[in-house]
Formats: sequence, structure tokens, C-alpha cells
Amino acid sequence: MATRTARRQSRRVEKKRGARDRLVISLMIGVPTILVVWLVWLPAVASVALSFTKWNGFKFSSIQWVGTKNYVDIATIYPPFWPAIQHNLIWLVFLFVLPTILGVVLAVVLDREMWGSRFYQTAFYLPVVLSLALVGFIWQLFYSTDQGLINELFKGNVDWYGDPDVNLWAVLVATAWRHTGYIMLIYLAGLKGVDGSLREAAAVDGANEVKTFFNVIFPVMRPINMIVLVIVVIESLRAFDLVWIINKGRNGLELISALVSQNVIGEATRYGFGSALAVIMMVISSVFITIYLRIVFREDRR
Amino acid sequence: MARPAPRDPRFASSLPASVRGVNRRTLLSGALGAGALFGAGSLAGCGSDDSPSTSGGGASAKAGNVKFGVNEAKGSGPAYERLQGMADAYAKKEGVQVSVNAVDHNTFQESITTYLQGSPDDVFTWFAGFRMSQFAEAGQIADLSDVWPIDGMSDAFKQASTASDGKQYFVPISYYPWAVFYRPSVFEKNGWTEPKTMDELNALMTDMQGKKITPFAFAAKDAWAPMGTFDILNMRLNGFDFHMQLTKGEQKWDSPEVKKVFETWKTLLPYHQENSLGRTWQEAATSMSKGECGMYLLGTFVVDGVPTEAQEDLDFFTFPALDSTIGADALDAPIDGFCVAEGAQDTEAGKAFIKWLGSAEAADAGNNAGSAPFIAANSGASTAKYGALQKKSVEVVQNAKNIAQFLDRDTNADLANTVVTVALQDFIKNPNDIDKVTSSIQQQAASILG
Repeated sequence: MATRTARRQSRRVEKKRGARDRLVISLMIGVPTILVVWLVWLPAVASVALSFTKWNGFKFSSIQWVGTKNYVDIATIYPPFWPAIQHNLIWLVFLFVLPTILGVVLAVVLDREMWGSRFYQTAFYLPVVLSLALVGFIWQLFYSTDQGLINELFKGNVDWYGDPDVNLWAVLVATAWRHTGYIMLIYLAGLKGVDGSLREAAAVDGANEVKTFFNVIFPVMRPINMIVLVIVVIESLRAFDLVWIINKGRNGLELISALVSQNVIGEATRYGFGSALAVIMMVISSVFITIYLRIVFREDRR
Repeated sequence: MARPAPRDPRFASSLPASVRGVNRRTLLSGALGAGALFGAGSLAGCGSDDSPSTSGGGASAKAGNVKFGVNEAKGSGPAYERLQGMADAYAKKEGVQVSVNAVDHNTFQESITTYLQGSPDDVFTWFAGFRMSQFAEAGQIADLSDVWPIDGMSDAFKQASTASDGKQYFVPISYYPWAVFYRPSVFEKNGWTEPKTMDELNALMTDMQGKKITPFAFAAKDAWAPMGTFDILNMRLNGFDFHMQLTKGEQKWDSPEVKKVFETWKTLLPYHQENSLGRTWQEAATSMSKGECGMYLLGTFVVDGVPTEAQEDLDFFTFPALDSTIGADALDAPIDGFCVAEGAQDTEAGKAFIKWLGSAEAADAGNNAGSAPFIAANSGASTAKYGALQKKSVEVVQNAKNIAQFLDRDTNADLANTVVTVALQDFIKNPNDIDKVTSSIQQQAASILG
């Protein structure tokens, strides 16, 4: 008897809670869903739809359906497109090769707590705090053809930001200056978290420093490596600010993100054309996002 | 007239003025003025019957509180001071409130489309040419044909304020010509004189090179800068009418005429500063002021790029004729001014304000408030504050038969900003492949305009 009443009571409580919970839950799910749909999915779908139109941004009635014309134009008669794809790829490879490896090496060295490591840590990390716009300005002082430090020192006459054969690399160096510190800090934090006994065990087994790092530390750092990987991919896809402030992504500094902006921000109002470029960028990003998610899910399943 | 409290916050925050933006527009220019007969009078009673009269006060006056969108950030220099000065003068005269919404020059320009479709100010600063016409076609700016005619504004200015439908949508305030600038002291030292013909210019350039001076300073990092060279060569070689037809899309970009412009430009490039694609116009102006380069083809805003001590030592001449049948009487002289936003809260008050802004009184108020003057569009405006450069600008523009706005102000904005910019830089990068450059522009022009 007693248990029965209790059960019934508890069921009633459950029901009562259920109503309130349902409200809370539906709010907690509903509000973010609306936001995500409104701010992410709607614009994304609208971009895809707009990419098949010609629109000057005024009045919805002026939208004209043009089919795949924008995509055809981009691939055939729009000169900056293929260079942009190429530059984005160079950007990706470069970020992987130079700043990432350099950042890891710096982290390993600084992790050894030698004299002054705090100072170096701060010095290397400092550029990360700066906005890329500011980074561009600082490097302009080095790169300016007539008044820059580099040409002044080496009596050169290289047009660092203007020569289309050189300027991408000049910009990549400036980016690397900032990116290295970022990778270094993330890696340093990871290294601090590595269990000291692993190193001791490796040392007892007679492994040297290099072997310890590649065979013990590096595998243990797998989650950090994953994060670094993702950061590099994201950084190279969204690379934009630096080239934009230098020359709006023209003349050797074409990047897809800059091309999108050229066409829709400012006085040019090629919303359809710009959307088509954005969709191409979205497709490329999705490839990387898919790969990343697959790896993460596989990890979870383990 | 009480009006609801302020402002769309989007534009309230103004970014620090970027060097280029502010300087490019720090105008020094004046007026296309034919017949300065009616000049500086107040506006009392002028204008046609149905035009909103700004004067007289009382019930008939439609002057009211206005919001004034200004494309110069607060404290960014003379250009801001002049606009603020005009706003203050109007507020005082009419006893109304003028709320100035000051935005950094480039930010204003780049956000214009969203600005007009949001909640724009009643009156805002803008440019003549296609840039005005496109908004008229899109129904974003108000028909101002009842504000015109304006005393002291010549027909040329009325023409520049007229959109493709034959109605006026714009009120000019100032302009600045593009010409070849040089330092008279450098010329004097070397025994050079202003070239009157292309032969003289060629001789001058050769002599400069012999003396290890680069004849022309040149910058193309800002993609609009080389457009000035294209404009002047096109107007000299093919004439003003062809130039305007080209900008309107009525002529082909891969026509023999346009190719000739590039061919001529190619022969002149060796006389221009190298590495122009990495140089800002300020840097180019500096090399001219240092005497490393002899001349620089730019707008009168060039003075903002030279040190103060060199500003007094600056003179200019118009680019000589390349074809005697065409002559040298056309030039670029971009006009700045105002529009009334269609989406504004109080278009009537806006029209009353803009009519006043077109007056000589407004121009004087602006010039009295600014530390450097512009060249007023209104022929009745006082020239008391003009320096030698401005006085000469007035003269040069008055003598010009035809005035173009500037390639990126006359041409379809999509074509100018995403295609022509890239093509001109490509040409400068590789001047040998003219066919590729011109056919690329034409293909894209056909796609954009067609």
C-alpha cells in the first residue's frame, strides 16, 4: 500500500516536473535553434540561392535568375579566381610547414625552463595579441619600397608589397610572425600537461631527448596536435585581414575571402557573383570540416 | 517640429580616419563657374514656386531639424571642419537642429548600400556621376528637380547632378581637377618650363631622365590611382565623347581606340616610377616633393601628400594634346556634393537643407570654418580664402570644355571596382599583353552590363 502511494506520488511529481522541464528544455533548445537557423542556416541557404542570380542589393524584385552563369564566369573569365585558389593552398601548406614546426620547436625549447624562458615566451607570443591590421602596418615599415627598413638596410629596391612574385611570401612571413607564437603557446600548454613520469621512464630506458620527443611525448600530445591542425586549416581558409589592408586582395594577393569582399562589400554590389564565390569557399571548407569531424567521431567511438 | 530621438547606432561609431580616405577627399577645389551674376546672396525668395523655401521663417518655411550624414570622421581635418561649419551655420540661420553623423570616409563609402537601405540621414555627402545615378535608378535617393535651379550653379553642374531619367538628384558643393603637378623651384633650377605640347613634354621627360630624375611619380597600390592616367590618355586620344560612351558601356573595351590608349600608356611607362604597384599615392607625392621625380599626375589633393614646406612650392599644368584634332580641353574634375535619402525621416526638411547647401552662403560658411578651403561649386562663393592652386584650378576648369568625373565615378560600380581595377594593375604588371587585358575587360563588361 505504502509503496504504491509513494509510487503514485512520485509519478505525479514527475509529471509536474515534466511540464516545467519541458518548457525549460524547449526554451533551451528552441532559442539556440532559432538563432542557428536565423544566423547560420538561413544566410547559408540564401547565399546558395543568390549565387544563381544577379542582384544589386536593392529591392528583392530586382533579383534576376541567371542559372549557373556566375559559376561559369568565375571559372572562365574572372582572372583573379584561379590565382586565389592557388594562394589559399600555398597559404595552407606554408602555415603547416614553417610557423607550425617553428612553433613546436620553440615550445619544446622553452619548455626546458632555461634562463629567460619567460621573457622569450612573452616576446614570441606578443604578436598574437596584435590585430592583423596592426601586423600589416608594422610590417609596412619593413617592407615599404622607398621608406622601408629592409630596402634601406640592404640597399635593395624590392617592391615587397607590390611585386606580385614576392608579395605573397612577404605577407606569409608577416603572418608566420604572428602565427608561430600562437602555435607555440598552445603547444607549450600541452607540454606542461604531459606527465613527468613518462619522461623519467623514457630516460630510464635510455632514450635520448629526440627519441623521447618523437616516440613518447608527440604521441601523447595527440589531442593538441589535432587542435593545431584544425587551427592551421581554419587560419588559412579565413586568411583575409592582412591582404585586405595591404591592397584589398589584388595584384598577387588574391584570396577567395578577399574576392568575396571585393564583390559585395563597398560600392560594387555583385551579390550574386559574390555569393557564388562564397559558396565555392563554403564547399572547400566543408571538405576539411568533414575530414575533421570524421576523425573526432572516430576518436569518440574508441 | 519635434522628432524622435536619434540615430541608427551603426554609423555612430566612426573609425579613426585612414590616411588615404581622408586625404583623397581633402579637397582644395572650386567652382565650375560660368556667370557669377547672382552670387553670394541669401536664398530668400529664390527658387521656383513649388520648391521648398528655406527662408522667411514662419509657417511657410519647411526648414526643420535634419540629420546630416557626413563622410568625414570627426576631427579628421579641413574636410570635416567645413562640413561641420556648414551644418552649424544652417542651424543658426534657421534655428533648427542639424545632427551631424560623422563617419570615416572609406567606411561611409563602403557601407553606402546598407546605409541607404537602413535608416539613412536626411541629407548625406555623396559624389556626382554614375555613383549618384545608380542610387537614383534604385529609388534610394530623392528627386531634387524642385530644388533646381540653384543660383550660382552653372549648367555644367546641373548636368552633373542629373541622373539617367533627366531629373536632378544631387547638389554639388565642390570639385577638384586632376592635372600634372610639379615643383616650380625644381623646374626653375633645371631651366624647365611647363610643356605646352606633347613634343615639349617628350623633350622635358628625356631631359629629366638625363639628369637622373624620374619624369613621372606613379603609384598604383590603390587601384583607383592609375585610373587618372587612363582617363586623361583616353580623353586626349579618343576625345571626351568616346570616353563617356566607354564608361556608359556604349563602346567596347577591346576596341582599337582603347587599345591605342594602352599602347600610348605603354610608351610612357618607362618615364614613370617603377614598382608602382606597391606604392601609395602619398609615397609618390613625397618622391615628387623630394625632387626625385619631376611631375605627378593627380588630383589637387596631392598637397596632402607633400610636406608643409613644399606645399607653397607647387604648381600644375593640364596634360598636353596628343591629337591636334581633339585638343586638350577635357579633364577629370570630380564633383562632391549632397543627396537627400529617399528612406529619410523628413525628406522635406532635407530638401530645404540641401537647397541651402548649394548656395554661395553655405560654401562660404564651409570655407570660413575649415583650415583649408575647397573650391566651391557655386560661382557666387567668395574666393578670398583661396590660395594660388585653387585660383588656378578655377581658371583651368572654367577653360575646360568638358569635365569627366573620374573613371570609378563615371562607370558602373561593379565594373569599375572589380574588373577595371584588376585589369589596370595587370597592365602595369605586364604592359606587353594589351590584347589580353582589353579582351578580359570586355568579356566581363559584357557579362556585368548585359
